Amino acid sequence: MSRDIALWGALPIYFISAWAVISLLVDAFSKNSRVSFHFAWIGLLLTAIAAVGSFPYEGAAFSGMIATGHYAAFFDVLFAIGGLLTVLAAHPYLERLQFELDEFYSLTLFAIAGMMLIAHANNLLVLFIGIEVMSISFYILAGYFRNKTLSVEAGIKYFLLGAFMSGFLMYGIALVYGATASLHYGAILHATTTGSLSFPTLLIIGATFLVIALSFKAALFPFHFWAPDVYQGAPTVVTGLMSTAGKAAAFAAFLPLAFVFLPQLQIKLQLLLAIIAALSMLYGNIVAITQQNIKRMLAYSSIAHAGYILIGIVAASPDGFAAVTFYATVYLFMQLGAFVLASVLEQQYGRHLEIQDYKGLYQRHPLLAGLMAVFMFSLTGVPPLAGFFGKYYLFVAAIESGFVWLAILGVVASVISAYFYLGLVVAMFFHTAPESSESSVPAGTAGITLAISTLMTFLFGFFPSLLLHVAQQLF
Amino acid sequence: MAALILTLFLPLLGAGTILFMNKTQQKGIQYTALGFALATFVASLFLLFGFDPANADFQYYIHTTWIASLDVGFRIGIDGMSLLLVLLTTFITPITILSSFQAIKDRDKLYYMMLLLLEFGMIGVFVALDTILFYVFWEIILIPMYFIIGIWGGPRRIYAAIKFFLYTFIGSLLMLVAIIWIGIWGGGDAGFTANYLTLREIAPTIPLAIQQWLFLAFALSFAIKVPLFPFHTWLPDAHVEAPTPGSVILAGILLKLGTYGLIRYNLELFPQASIFFAPLLSTLAVIGIIYGALVALVQSDVKKLVAYSSVSHLGFIVLGIFSMTTEGLQGAVIQMINHGLSTGMLFLCVGILYERRHTRELAEYGGIVTVMPKFAVLLGFAVFASAGLPGLNGFVGEFLTMLGAYQSPILGTWTYVAFAALGVILAAAYLLRMYNGVIFGPNLNPKNHALPDLTKLELWQLVPVTVFLVWIGIYPSTFLQLSETNMRLVSSKIEAAHQQMSQEHRVSSTSQPLLSPTSLSFLLPQEIKNMHKQQQRELPANGNGAAQQQMSDEEWMQE
Repeated sequence: MSRDIALWGALPIYFISAWAVISLLVDAFSKNSRVSFHFAWIGLLLTAIAAVGSFPYEGAAFSGMIATGHYAAFFDVLFAIGGLLTVLAAHPYLERLQFELDEFYSLTLFAIAGMMLIAHANNLLVLFIGIEVMSISFYILAGYFRNKTLSVEAGIKYFLLGAFMSGFLMYGIALVYGATASLHYGAILHATTTGSLSFPTLLIIGATFLVIALSFKAALFPFHFWAPDVYQGAPTVVTGLMSTAGKAAAFAAFLPLAFVFLPQLQIKLQLLLAIIAALSMLYGNIVAITQQNIKRMLAYSSIAHAGYILIGIVAASPDGFAAVTFYATVYLFMQLGAFVLASVLEQQYGRHLEIQDYKGLYQRHPLLAGLMAVFMFSLTGVPPLAGFFGKYYLFVAAIESGFVWLAILGVVASVISAYFYLGLVVAMFFHTAPESSESSVPAGTAGITLAISTLMTFLFGFFPSLLLHVAQQLF
Repeated sequence: MAALILTLFLPLLGAGTILFMNKTQQKGIQYTALGFALATFVASLFLLFGFDPANADFQYYIHTTWIASLDVGFRIGIDGMSLLLVLLTTFITPITILSSFQAIKDRDKLYYMMLLLLEFGMIGVFVALDTILFYVFWEIILIPMYFIIGIWGGPRRIYAAIKFFLYTFIGSLLMLVAIIWIGIWGGGDAGFTANYLTLREIAPTIPLAIQQWLFLAFALSFAIKVPLFPFHTWLPDAHVEAPTPGSVILAGILLKLGTYGLIRYNLELFPQASIFFAPLLSTLAVIGIIYGALVALVQSDVKKLVAYSSVSHLGFIVLGIFSMTTEGLQGAVIQMINHGLSTGMLFLCVGILYERRHTRELAEYGGIVTVMPKFAVLLGFAVFASAGLPGLNGFVGEFLTMLGAYQSPILGTWTYVAFAALGVILAAAYLLRMYNGVIFGPNLNPKNHALPDLTKLELWQLVPVTVFLVWIGIYPSTFLQLSETNMRLVSSKIEAAHQQMSQEHRVSSTSQPLLSPTSLSFLLPQEIKNMHKQQQRELPANGNGAAQQQMSDEEWMQE
């Protein structure tokens, strides 16, 4: 069985890593970026299939460094699908912007590999490696348009702050090691619950540092400062991936750590996390109101969504963790859908991204406007779309654990968010289009991404128990 | 069974059908929408045949699991009150579609989809017997109404649409928190339940201090929808900006969702808290009656006048509900139907005038009777029904609500009725002023000299409504008997709770608990389930509940 686990349970990780490395070789030998594109989406599709197959193989491999099965497999599927949807959307986008380089696809593969390693981590060092692999790929992807100032600025900004936060992460890991004499999740949990800590204060400081570093990756208030600029400058499809799968990866790291640290540090950490969640929800949504650029608006609102997701961790119950998984999944589809839609309308780098450019979109492209409205309503949390059930489960978990005030704040934040999400709907449907606007938009393979995102937004809205049932098995 | 399923889903099917139609086939889309709306009406009539008014249970009950782990189900069923409101919905919708033939001139496809989706949501709210399902339908309504106001509305439509959405949304989300709270409470060991029938048994055992907060969360949501003074400010904007059919639906049906919710959720789930808050809500209702009437009195815009008259009329319904007597509740239910018919018809009439003259200023009209005699007669019916003239429907509802409020042991004073009666007089004043100004007097304005009288299409909209105005006015029992058993049950439950509370009041000689800051402690981490279990322990099997309940409540507060 242990061989099976090492072989089949960790297969998605082997596969995506090997595929990413081979992809670099393909780039080197093939001059045609179309080949890289096909190579990438096939790899991601196979990874997703392998990850589904690895679901039953729950256990630990490589001397317990890597966890496999259920939890890891679930997030593997999520990340692989997120990558797949991004790559499909990226091909027509980059072609249109005449900047399709082979490396884009390899880097995306590496980013996905890093995320999957995060989900598999059973040891703080593996977690660190996973986060670094993901982050470094993202630094480069954010600055991908190397001849555009905004994009380069995004890359550098993200890199400098990210490197700094890696220091926090490493320091936190070192302190936890100092307190518990182990990097292994199980051993840390054992040390904290049996109380055999040499320096309990170190544990608190270390855990707080880890929270800070992960909050940065998830763009939670007050560690969000990089997000709006980076999200705006980065290629729109990359922003989509960063703000959905990237965020989900941060929470995939959060969840096992919550298991490890919450038994010992419950009161202190829970309150800290609750405050971060509350401030993120309110700050993100309030500031998003004033944004004129759709990417910045979605960036600020993504801070708020990270806050919602954090509610589930604050609840610190199986229901709460399942709610986190549920929300991270549905959020991936609706937010990625919105970004991809923005990328379809972005004819040149940075053009047509203002909210006023969406005026009268309904008259020009009724289908695109309709889909965008679906994503906006889902992000607002209007039933029967998936976003509503995501929030609903989070609020249920919060109230079950007694955090009624957090649920009420979440509700207030949702109302605030309705204002700007609806603002986009107002622009698309209630205003008439200015004269000089193009009529045809070739969506290409991005159409597949949009179709899948929309389908999932409806599917998990009408039949939320499909996803919830799986999510509840993980904890 | 099949009748209820058909009634609920035919509008959705209609919206789906229109989605796949070509948008250039304007006529085809219009008649498809009308066909589905009429089919829904026919299906809902079948509900009437299989319905037993003497049975207090929910009938046509259907239950399918939806989210098993949280005990959320697709549970639908109707009692007398829901039946009446479903019939109102299915009756008004085809009429609004007829009026849309004239009022809506562009983007028909999206419009008729939205209208049918709206009907689906409204019927859903009236038949849902599951709190989460109810909430889903409640929110579904927002989207089509938002689009109808925002796309086909008047000059300030965007402002009105956003205001409508945000007002309703904030209320409903607080209600969601309360729904989750009682769901966890009612779920006991199972964790959660959204089953309304279970909750109706369990929720009244929640300690009063917490019941009060839950009551407020629900009541806020419904009060915004009703709208109760001072949450009414979205209504005039929405009404004035909405296209005629939108206003008809809004006044005719949408506002009833709030009053329906007040009975179905606030009264039935939180009887003690309802008794506690009855004076407050009745006061707001009476303020609404007088305030709405006074503002209506000075309007120069006919549509605004009718909109404010809604605020006033809905006050009667809320007063009837919080009298919590059988008469008052019955009056509230019949008044919901009445208001839907007569105010809906008033909006239709305003729309008919607007189509001809493109103005709603009262001063622009006068002496219309000389050119539009049929219109004058039918508008007269709507005006007199709305003013509560005996022999037409408005009288029955207003009389019953005021009778209920007068007799009510819970309100315990005739003051409310005295002020409400003032509202009746004012209603006659502003409605007659409007009628007089439009219909009578010399026809001086040259633009009004050649107005055509009602077309066949318009007669088809107004005559069916008029039939019911007269029917309810002359023989209201046809309708009253449908909901009587249910309302009697509600009022008897309230009465029992009231007696227990007053007994307990004498025994313990402590005053009724106020909304105290300590009761806010339920916002802090607490084991709800432990509280619940403790509650179950404290309550003896044979009941004499309130005294015990009060004790456990205090114990809980001390913890």
